[in-house]
Amino acid sequence: MNFSVDKENSKIKVEREFAAPVAKVWSAFTESEILDQWWAPEPWKARTKTMDFREGGYWLYAMVGPDGSEHWARADYRSITPLKNYTATDNFCDSNGNPTGTIASAKWVNSFNETEGMTLVTIEIQFEKLADLETHIEMGFKEGITAALENLDALF
Amino acid sequence: MLIATHAMTPNALAEHFDTTRQAVSKHIKVLTECQLLTQDKVGREIYYHFNPLKMKEVDHWLSQFKKHWEDRFNQLDQVLINLNSDKNEK
Repeated sequence: MNFSVDKENSKIKVEREFAAPVAKVWSAFTESEILDQWWAPEPWKARTKTMDFREGGYWLYAMVGPDGSEHWARADYRSITPLKNYTATDNFCDSNGNPTGTIASAKWVNSFNETEGMTLVTIEIQFEKLADLETHIEMGFKEGITAALENLDALF
Repeated sequence: MLIATHAMTPNALAEHFDTTRQAVSKHIKVLTECQLLTQDKVGREIYYHFNPLKMKEVDHWLSQFKKHWEDRFNQLDQVLINLNSDKNEK
């Protein structure tokens, strides 16, 4: 996986290749039944409430922790070119999809490119400004600490 | 980089970077907003210091964010394998 950070422009780029044709990978990113199986990093689980994958539609889902705690998020789809790319705006929200104002949004561009049965996925995440990145830092800390504590649990 | 070694005023920075005072001020404003820089007022001048603690937090978060994606994608590898085998069974 390639992971590069452009701090100057508050941008993060992730690239990863998958051993599957683009149609499969595209489905995995755009169909909620499949997204729920992998979108949340262990030990979290993603759980879709509603999915409307079309321009102007949105995906509303919760990240559910092992203790049952829920973090709600929604991805609003801005543009879709099937099997090629889509753009979305990512926001934290409540369980009804109302954005929680305190946390900043990020813009995503996800591109898919198949070569000889392998699919390269490029994800570019644009934060509005570095200060937004900071609010995400706080969120990240929270999850990181939880994960770390659970790793400790496993040792005992 | 310069501010990492000494506290500097915006004018001093602009001289170093062959750029306008306004451009430097804009950069400083953003960096100060995220607390990567801290300011000290000495008389009429404001000196800016680099805040290494904050930089560590940013790097820490970025490494977690990266790990997040690695975990996620490893799961997706497995999901794609399962999708393929489902298809073969049909």
